[in-house]
Amino acid sequence: MPWPAAGRADGPDRGPVFWTESIMTHSPLSAERAPAAAPAAWVLQACDLAGQRGERALFEHLELALEPGAVVWLRGRNGRGKTSLLRLLAGLATPMAGEIRLHGVPQKLAGAEGRRSQLYIGHQNALKDDLTAMEALRFLARTRGERPDDEALALALQRLGVRGSRHAPVRTLSQGQRRRVALARLALCLHVDLWLLDEPFDALDADGIAALNGLLSEHATHGGATLLTSHQSPSLLDPVPRIFDLDRHGLA
Amino acid sequence: MRDLFLAVLLRDLKLASRRRIDSLLPVVFFIVALSLFPLGVGPEPQMLRDIAPGIVWVCALLASMLSVGSLFAGDLADGSLEQMLLAPQPAIAVAAAKSAAHWLLTGLPLIVATPLVGLLFGLSGPALAALLAGLLLGTPILSLLGALGAALTLGLRSGGMLLILIVLPLTMPALIFGAGAVSNVEAGLSASGHFSLLGALLLGTALGAPLATAAALRISTE
Repeated sequence: MPWPAAGRADGPDRGPVFWTESIMTHSPLSAERAPAAAPAAWVLQACDLAGQRGERALFEHLELALEPGAVVWLRGRNGRGKTSLLRLLAGLATPMAGEIRLHGVPQKLAGAEGRRSQLYIGHQNALKDDLTAMEALRFLARTRGERPDDEALALALQRLGVRGSRHAPVRTLSQGQRRRVALARLALCLHVDLWLLDEPFDALDADGIAALNGLLSEHATHGGATLLTSHQSPSLLDPVPRIFDLDRHGLA
Repeated sequence: MRDLFLAVLLRDLKLASRRRIDSLLPVVFFIVALSLFPLGVGPEPQMLRDIAPGIVWVCALLASMLSVGSLFAGDLADGSLEQMLLAPQPAIAVAAAKSAAHWLLTGLPLIVATPLVGLLFGLSGPALAALLAGLLLGTPILSLLGALGAALTLGLRSGGMLLILIVLPLTMPALIFGAGAVSNVEAGLSASGHFSLLGALLLGTALGAPLATAAALRISTE
């Protein structure tokens, strides 16, 4: 991937911004106040966001900002709207109020460029039972307008430890293996600025968690930002994820 | 936009090739439903010849509607639909590709099976040709409108029945002109007017339906 080493951005405007200095200065597990930065330096910003599910309001006046290199653990009790928030940020749903900005540009105006600069992996794996692992992965890459060759796909699957099952139909894979195939997209999308991951650690065993942690670290050192939900405290050490607590930021 | 269209279309064709029995069901339904009519109405050749165009069209319509219900359901259930809608390219490419896949997997086989039906009902050569030409113009309209109905009723209980109720009224012009073309030919008149209207309907639907389908998909996944 043609990624320069992390360093100060040369311009505050559009495009990927490599700006990791702030992460160093910021103590782990203190997401309450994110470091100050120019608006365009934020990969993702949610301003005064309000979301709902059905008729019920889930959160209001939510402020969230991710700088390049950030890994943020979105925490909250069941039913607090973690998935709804991720879907809002991914652009799958419309907020009741407030605004979402990608690199300082409102999501609605960011268009194709905005969607290309983020990757959302939901609770569901989005794999078709009748395709092989490799075909399923290739299709998902194609929808993003990318055309990885067989070798790149095999390498991505290898990083998650499922290279051996690349020609097996998804139907025959176990839950954990399916999750790994779905997460192999991350290895293909290390250059994507923003990862939104809904329960990525679900169904993974210790090896799978280690592989995912490796990808998260690599993405962060490249200057990518990640927002993830997880039932359990993530075991990632480099960087230690900041916590964003929906119970405190949402409705009382 | 072409990338996304081709990716979705080729994937759907590949999925169908791995589930051959499932993909044959609409055309089997079409033939079985048509073969009921001689049994129900009686084997009088002239009467069968007269009603053949109409019932071929009705059966094609029902076969399309019954198979279109599941067009987006699988993709919604496993999360593929979300991923397709998050693609950088516009969702209209997804809507168009799914409609095209449905036509290739349902409409085209119906057209291929129609000469057999022509034999069954004793249609004359020119009448059969008119029927085929009408179906060639008309079945894409059914797939496009069916996809719209499927997107509108996505995720609803009893969506299948609702889909048929929503889409059937919209398909009536295609039915009227398609069956009318054959009657005209059998009466020795020109059917070119009917074909022009069918062509115009197809163009209009092809321009409008994918847009509406894409919007409906966005609402259904929200």
